[in-house]
Amino acid sequence: MTIPGPGAIDVDIHPALPGTHVLLPYMDDYWRAHLKMRGLERDNYNAAAFPPNAAINCRPDWRPAKGFPGSDFDTLKAQALDAFQPRYAICNVLHGGPAIFSEDLSAAFCRAINDWVAHEWLDRDSRLRASIVVPQHSPELAAAEIKRCAADPRFVQVLLWEMAEIPLGRRMNWPIYRAADAHDLPIGVHAGSSYRHPPTNLGWPSYYLEDYVSWSTGFAGVLNSLISEGVFTEFPRLKVVLLESGVTWLPAWMWRANKTWRGVRAEVPWLDKSPADYAREHVRLSIQPFDGPPDHAKLLKIIEEIGCEDMLMFSTDYPHWHFDGNDAIPDGLPDALVRKILSENALKTYSRLS
Amino acid sequence: MNVAVTDRQPDTAAQSNLGFVDCDVHPFVKSPADFDPFLSQRWRDLRASIGARSRTTFAGAPNYPRMSPGVGQRMDSWPEGGGMPGSDLKMMREQLLDKFGVAYGMMMPLVGSGLGERNVEFGAAMCTAANDWQAQVWCDAEPRLKASVQVNTEYVEAAVKEIEKRAGDRRFAQVMIPPRGLEPLGRRRYWPILEACAANGFPIALHLGGASGHPSTGGGWPSFYHEEHPSYPQSKEALVTSLVIEGVFEHIPNLKVALVEGGFAWLPSLTWRLDKQYKRLRNEVPHLKKLPSEYIRDHIWVTTQPIEEPEQPEDLLTTMEWIGWDRIMFSTDYPHWDQDDPRYAIKVPIPAAEKQMLFRDNAMSFYGLT
Repeated sequence: MTIPGPGAIDVDIHPALPGTHVLLPYMDDYWRAHLKMRGLERDNYNAAAFPPNAAINCRPDWRPAKGFPGSDFDTLKAQALDAFQPRYAICNVLHGGPAIFSEDLSAAFCRAINDWVAHEWLDRDSRLRASIVVPQHSPELAAAEIKRCAADPRFVQVLLWEMAEIPLGRRMNWPIYRAADAHDLPIGVHAGSSYRHPPTNLGWPSYYLEDYVSWSTGFAGVLNSLISEGVFTEFPRLKVVLLESGVTWLPAWMWRANKTWRGVRAEVPWLDKSPADYAREHVRLSIQPFDGPPDHAKLLKIIEEIGCEDMLMFSTDYPHWHFDGNDAIPDGLPDALVRKILSENALKTYSRLS
Repeated sequence: MNVAVTDRQPDTAAQSNLGFVDCDVHPFVKSPADFDPFLSQRWRDLRASIGARSRTTFAGAPNYPRMSPGVGQRMDSWPEGGGMPGSDLKMMREQLLDKFGVAYGMMMPLVGSGLGERNVEFGAAMCTAANDWQAQVWCDAEPRLKASVQVNTEYVEAAVKEIEKRAGDRRFAQVMIPPRGLEPLGRRRYWPILEACAANGFPIALHLGGASGHPSTGGGWPSFYHEEHPSYPQSKEALVTSLVIEGVFEHIPNLKVALVEGGFAWLPSLTWRLDKQYKRLRNEVPHLKKLPSEYIRDHIWVTTQPIEEPEQPEDLLTTMEWIGWDRIMFSTDYPHWDQDDPRYAIKVPIPAAEKQMLFRDNAMSFYGLT
């Protein structure tokens, strides 16, 4: 259905770096000289997981005549902000900086990206908010970057890649969650892989279509990891937002995870409720791309099985192509749920938005 | 799971009067030397010296320790006379075949190490030995048991030869391939094996497992069996995706595949997702002539265990309806710790006609049994 009027909160839009060179002004003298010496400002460090010319990664009527989709402020303002009239839209920059192998270089990229977002985007439109990108493979440096950016209230979340070097719940990642928790920031986990490992446990698929479909299975692994390791028992206030994850896989994941927990709970004795209940309390999902069934009755059944109206949050996933016109909400959902999806759930999830 | 269920009545109209077909039974050797009669001196020597080499960390334990002894066996299935669960035919009859009136049991040996062996010549020899062992030690003694042709998918020529060798031998009902090989099974280099299966009238059973060396999640190696166990459906999703998107079913229209030990409730959502993203990215895969959902409906069967247990039990029937009752086959996974007891596994009444399909007819027709 068409988004009903202004005031929604769009939890997933994607401004893109026009090129690495735009980061140079946001780097200190050492790193600026370093990048130029190695010629890195001429390379493309965008994430390989989202080839910009793939049809799915930019809606045809949103595709710019030149440059990467999402890289021009005026275009994004017209297409994502003026068209949908959100109260807020959260910028999630999908860049490879967080996955650069050198922890120091990765941290330098992330600092520059965050400052670039603040100055080139947040300063230009009061509706924009942003996620903090962090050197994901260096939890200590990531925590430092969270602390640095948290001083700016327009940063409302910490952004992590779904598939990276180690499962997100692993204890060595906990400095990231500790820092996020200290500043009341949810963790946004975005679809995609840094390809440290094959995106499926069968090995490397041939086609991008397979990679794209595999993101959902990766999110199942993310939830299994966060819950099993005890992240939500250690950080009981923490919220995790799955971005571009799909939605309808959730009931089957809940049933499987609950059954495994009943048989294997001796291994994870710190869990005091079922994985599904941890998910309902701590996990939120953006609605695009909506992977719903072709008919409304099945959709309503899936919604009933998810069993929690607080979990889904509106997103356009701009400029990715999942719907046409302003039909950003799946058809057939009850009005009360649509209201929650549009803004109420996001306001409860992102304390910095209310 | 390791606890006897006493709090509810069994489904009395269960399987004994149906002639139940169990699509996942695990026989085991009494001793590793059981394979020796089927191995040449070279391989007997290798087995006794260097031994099996896969892609896991420990010499004699899986990467993720199980919750019961013997790598996750049912506690009451250890034979009194010694040996591993699944190694004693008399006990298997008492606990499974006779007890539930099993008409046929599909054997899925998880012993012998041939499937994932890195030395592919040794792997092929171990597969051949495991196949002879199934046929001669089990099928000849108990005709209700059907064998699965094991092949090492990294040695395509030997795999094709082995499949051709077993064709026409009615003791063998299918070809068994572990999903987690070095590459997704739909990749072109495996097609000769898949072609040989179809050409020789064998469906393929993809039982969970394998030793690809790749982490069980796309985000790396998890810490717990509590994560490894629920990753099995994710293997199945990747497997269906690979077979469909690579165009295997376009290329081999008479190929039939059974997914074993991954449950099934994930399948409708995967189907919707595949159809949706296919519409966006179809230019990348012009070899596909139909929607992914159509290939899935025509070529993929699922077995039930470990059956999902929805919070509202009747949701299971809804899911089964969405998949199609004619595509689901019951399996126990005897004698593993998480096996499903046919009397208790499904917690809501199933209409008689659907029960007949689920416990018997679908498998009879899938395997061409009479």
